[in-house]
Amino acid sequence: MSNDVKDLSFEQAVGELDDTVQRLEGGDLSLAEAIALYERGMLLVQHCNDVLDAAELQVQTLDQPDSPSEAR
Amino acid sequence: MQQAFPGIQPSGQDPDFSAAGRPPWSVSQLTLHIKDLLELDPELGDVRVRGEISNFTRAASGHLYFTLKDAEAAISCVMWRSDAQRLRWQPEHGAAALARGRISVYPPRGNYQLYVDDLQRAGSGDLHALFEELCARLEAEGLFEDDRKRPLPQFPRVVGVVTSPQAAALRDVLDVLQRRYPLVRVLLSPSMVQGDGAPAQIVDALQALDARDDVDLILLVRGGGSLEDLWAFNDEGVARAIVASRHPVVSGVGHQTDFTIADFVADLRAPTPSAAAELAVPDRVELQQQLAATRDLLAMSMERRLAQARQVLQGHQRSLQRVSPRTRVDTHRQQVDDLMRRASRALAYSLSLRRSGLGALQARLVALSPQATLQRGYAIVRLAEDGDVVRSAGQVSAGDALTIRVHDGEFGATAQDGTTGAAERVSE
Repeated sequence: MSNDVKDLSFEQAVGELDDTVQRLEGGDLSLAEAIALYERGMLLVQHCNDVLDAAELQVQTLDQPDSPSEAR
Repeated sequence: MQQAFPGIQPSGQDPDFSAAGRPPWSVSQLTLHIKDLLELDPELGDVRVRGEISNFTRAASGHLYFTLKDAEAAISCVMWRSDAQRLRWQPEHGAAALARGRISVYPPRGNYQLYVDDLQRAGSGDLHALFEELCARLEAEGLFEDDRKRPLPQFPRVVGVVTSPQAAALRDVLDVLQRRYPLVRVLLSPSMVQGDGAPAQIVDALQALDARDDVDLILLVRGGGSLEDLWAFNDEGVARAIVASRHPVVSGVGHQTDFTIADFVADLRAPTPSAAAELAVPDRVELQQQLAATRDLLAMSMERRLAQARQVLQGHQRSLQRVSPRTRVDTHRQQVDDLMRRASRALAYSLSLRRSGLGALQARLVALSPQATLQRGYAIVRLAEDGDVVRSAGQVSAGDALTIRVHDGEFGATAQDGTTGAAERVSE
């Protein structure tokens, strides 16, 4: 919980968000815990949205092991 | 046709021809009659012909024109584009082929020809048979089974793409990925996707991606083309490379209607390259909607939790009020008041008691006092010397100093001689 939301990958953030919602809905939490979870959850949502908004597709081409003429 | 050449209608001028007893036909009439004869023949309506292809041309329209011949004869053939597109091989001059179609006439040239709707390479080149045979074999091995197929990761980070770098299919895939889920990194593993070398290159490209641990799934795509163009995707080596891949493979080859063996063994078959990309990644817009829903859910959960906390708080507050010292103070204050009231009542009572007791005592005191007696004229005689009250004549000797008390004061006197009785009288 102490790590920075900004360092999480999208899938990590979504995964933690799912857990957060479940725990918050599950009850059995002190109010302080619930508030901390809620604030963390909101940060996660914001982070996910930021990641989605900012993403640019990266394309990398692997070296061709064989040129067409060497093809087996 | 009839209108185009009205001048050559039989004029009836020539006696040799008119002698036939029937007006001569126009060329068109004759041609149509021949055409009808050929088309009505049940044998010629669906015929299979073996021969060698020559004079093969593919028109700009996509239709194929060629001649089928053997040592003795030749027949003109035409294959419309719609049928030619389904070919899985490239017919060429000199190839032995098996054509199927119907015989008809092309009136402008007076040509009878074979209208081909299927053309197979004769002998070993029967791709249909190869396809069926490989399908049956791989299916028997269980390679088409659904339970062999792996689920795709929900949020892939690295997507491998095997296709030709020049292909429109690649552009389609990248467009879709950029639009739907630009979070992914694309690793393009280039390969030819048609021609003799394509299967081996596809296998290499798949293996290059499979060797990497960071790849989450692989898209094997190629745009539409003739079945011949797609043939590399029916290669057994390609099929086995897909099966062997550690990472899930999504195939998107050709169009909706094209099925290749690669499709059957892939973990997921998409109808087109674009569709493959869409199946491979989640949609950003949907994710954003889900995130908004999640945010609402969080807020609702928090609100509920806060309401619950408020309720608990109110409960405690009520409990607290019940046990509050203020209540006890109030109670005590009342008790003090009660006690005070009782005390003052008791005091008043005892005072009144005492007051009435005092009156009685005073009365008794007054009653017992000698004063009243003195007022009636009695006096009290004391010996001046020691203050003793003289109760008997024998106490007094002549000359003793006496103190006489009457009701309103005292005075001194001196005793004289006397007798017991006399003294009593004297003192009176």
